[in-house]
Amino acid sequence: MATTVHEPPKIDLDRLTSQGSGNGGWRNLVPADGDLHRVKDHHAPPPASTGIWVALAGITMTFAAFTSALVVRQGSAPDWQHITLPSVLYFNTLVIIASSVTLEVSRRRVAAFMGGLQNKDNHAATNPARWLYITLALGLLFVAGQTFAWVQLRAHGFKLSTNISYSFFYVLTVAHALHLLGGLGGLVRVIGKVNRSVLKRSTLDATSRYWHFMGVLWVYLLFLLWMKL
Amino acid sequence: MHDMSTHAASHGAPTSFIRKHVFSLDHKVIGKQYYALALVAALFGMFLSWIMRIHLGWGNFAIPGLHLLSSTGAPGDVLTPEYYLQLMTMHGTIMVFFVLTTAPFAAFGNFFLPIQTGAEDMPFPHFNMMSFWVTFSGFIVLAASFFVSDGPTLGGWTQYAPLSAIGSAGGPGEGTGVILWASSIALFCVGQLLGSLNFITTTLDMRCKGMSLMRLPLTAWAWFITSVMGLTAFAVLMPACILLILDHVAGTSFFVASNLVINDQLLPHSGGSTLLWQHLFWFFGHPEVYIAIVPGLGIVSHILITNMRKPMLSHRVLIYSMGALAALSYMVYGHHMFVSGMNPVSSLAFSFPTLVITIPSTIVVLIWLGSLYGSKLRINSASLFALGFVSMFISGGVSGFFLAQPSIDIMLHATYFVVGHFHLVMGVAAMFGIFGGTYFWFPKMTGRMMNETWGKVHFWMSFVGAYCIFMPFHYLGIAGNVRRYQAFTDDYLIPLIPVHKFITIAALFTGFAQLIFLCNLIYSRFKGAPAPNDNPWEGTSLEWSTATPPPHNNFGDKMPVVYHDPYQYSVEGASTDYIMQTSTEKVHSPDEEK
Repeated sequence: MATTVHEPPKIDLDRLTSQGSGNGGWRNLVPADGDLHRVKDHHAPPPASTGIWVALAGITMTFAAFTSALVVRQGSAPDWQHITLPSVLYFNTLVIIASSVTLEVSRRRVAAFMGGLQNKDNHAATNPARWLYITLALGLLFVAGQTFAWVQLRAHGFKLSTNISYSFFYVLTVAHALHLLGGLGGLVRVIGKVNRSVLKRSTLDATSRYWHFMGVLWVYLLFLLWMKL
Repeated sequence: MHDMSTHAASHGAPTSFIRKHVFSLDHKVIGKQYYALALVAALFGMFLSWIMRIHLGWGNFAIPGLHLLSSTGAPGDVLTPEYYLQLMTMHGTIMVFFVLTTAPFAAFGNFFLPIQTGAEDMPFPHFNMMSFWVTFSGFIVLAASFFVSDGPTLGGWTQYAPLSAIGSAGGPGEGTGVILWASSIALFCVGQLLGSLNFITTTLDMRCKGMSLMRLPLTAWAWFITSVMGLTAFAVLMPACILLILDHVAGTSFFVASNLVINDQLLPHSGGSTLLWQHLFWFFGHPEVYIAIVPGLGIVSHILITNMRKPMLSHRVLIYSMGALAALSYMVYGHHMFVSGMNPVSSLAFSFPTLVITIPSTIVVLIWLGSLYGSKLRINSASLFALGFVSMFISGGVSGFFLAQPSIDIMLHATYFVVGHFHLVMGVAAMFGIFGGTYFWFPKMTGRMMNETWGKVHFWMSFVGAYCIFMPFHYLGIAGNVRRYQAFTDDYLIPLIPVHKFITIAALFTGFAQLIFLCNLIYSRFKGAPAPNDNPWEGTSLEWSTATPPPHNNFGDKMPVVYHDPYQYSVEGASTDYIMQTSTEKVHSPDEEK
């Protein structure tokens, strides 16, 4: 995939561009005597860094609620059935793990590129979006694989209402896929910003944290489904 | 996601009407939009309560024009039993979600949190805009249920399963009405999650130079704590609503048990757990009580301090107490389920933290009372409503002690005692917090003052009226008056009807007082006396150090630097009786954070 590479922006690595309006930060306490020289922290963490953790906390609570519902529902009635998970799910698991690896590679290369640290002889470093494209492709492959699993189950007559086990299977996997689509959207925006050389480091870091979390969440869900269904 | 993290500096002042007043990224405009939504919702909810109260006092009284609301629900302008329940459900849902959560948290928080922290805007303004419009969509979806064939749902604001999950077999509104209700609440959850994301990040990352966490005003702390609760609570209610919708539209059996026969109709569900809904709902529901009231604790403290001209006995302990309330609110939800067949040991496990949660509540009240003692409180509409909040919080809180005991709760559960309890401690108290905040911040939001005389009339009518409505509720509950009955048959409830009539008259009287407030609000907005200066109450926090109304980026050309704690009043040796947070005046105060 061809990438248009512009001159990397100059970023002072020692002091990231402030994204807080007034640089308050966590510990930035101006003493009561007003001596500003005693202020230790010069900048706040970029809001995207904190914001992504807050978002992940909310998503964690949502899936914790689904998990609680599954456990309570399983114990409430004798209609719980064991189901065999579609084998494509295991392939999808490898795909999403691989996508985390490629994203981490791209994150480091983009960071090096944006810091102006790239080796001119290193072709990969001058095409920083390449690994992001690979990550995006793997993400799409994961969604396609999940879709294949749903189609396969429906073809065998196992629908959302067939049994409560299938209900939970569909609910959990679709909910995860919807969240993952948000991550794909984030990747597309990151690629666009890399190509226009306007990417912020915090944006890339937050996107990668979200994506890695989607991978961890999927592994958890697969384990839950494998154990409980 | 984070790519939307443009800031006020990068989203310059809008020029078009649409970007300025409709799809605005400005937190102040969004705050006003939330306030307007809450105001419309409150008036609608109050209107519904009037209809219900008139029906309870005089069951056959024809309310002129009521058939326009629903020709089948109010034939001959008299409510049918089902329609009474439908209006009751809408009253509760609108008030809890679109008023008590929206006004003190989303409206005031949006307007003032960035200013009080010294930020130019929220860190994710697009998400902030989305949060309002998603919430607004939720309100429209809920209101739309009045226009579907069998009207809105009748299952109460708690929407207990299986009634809420069995579809139209359960009665009018239990089909499409429930789907619309659950969709509305799911949308509301999304809106509040987006809001919480912004509130938490603003508090942690956007503070101006010198604004340490302990220098944040109590209001900012209250909104921060509330947003943490909102993040965790609404993230649980949303999946619950999704599962409820699936039981309706996809034929799943999350909440409906096997072999359920309703109205001679065998339902096709199997094995669902009726208690599962209660667990999911109350895990959200009890923190929701604190989501409604904790902003009020902050607002009232802020108003009282400003008018007492001295700080609270302990700034830190107040913050810790609000935090303790939030943490404990997750451990007590089972007390709503004492009559669900719960294991007695579990009852005890939920009863104990319910009693423990009264400790931080009591500490907050004692700090208020101890701080008020001996102070020369400036009496104005805002401080009166703050005092009223304290009164309602105590009165409503005391009955919580009774309900925390499983043995007593089993007797009082689902009676008017419970209704009186939560209306006082959560409903009226939170409303008084909203009113106090309105009178207090109106000059900063609009540049004009509200009429003080009418404000005091509004307070006294509301204060007396609210007690006349809700104290008799406790008596009714002890007498065995079950809640959610639309009429009283010829039994032991007959002697209680005069009490209901008295309550209805009190409700109309109190409602009339709110119309006075509405007129005062609208008149003052356009014709009120201009605010004498940027700091009419002689406050110290950052909202009073900026222009009135604040400019697009809140502070103009120069961002504030904070040198002092938020409540430096009556400091010995100071040139005035208050030191603003941005003041460079060097004083020695024993209370100042080191």
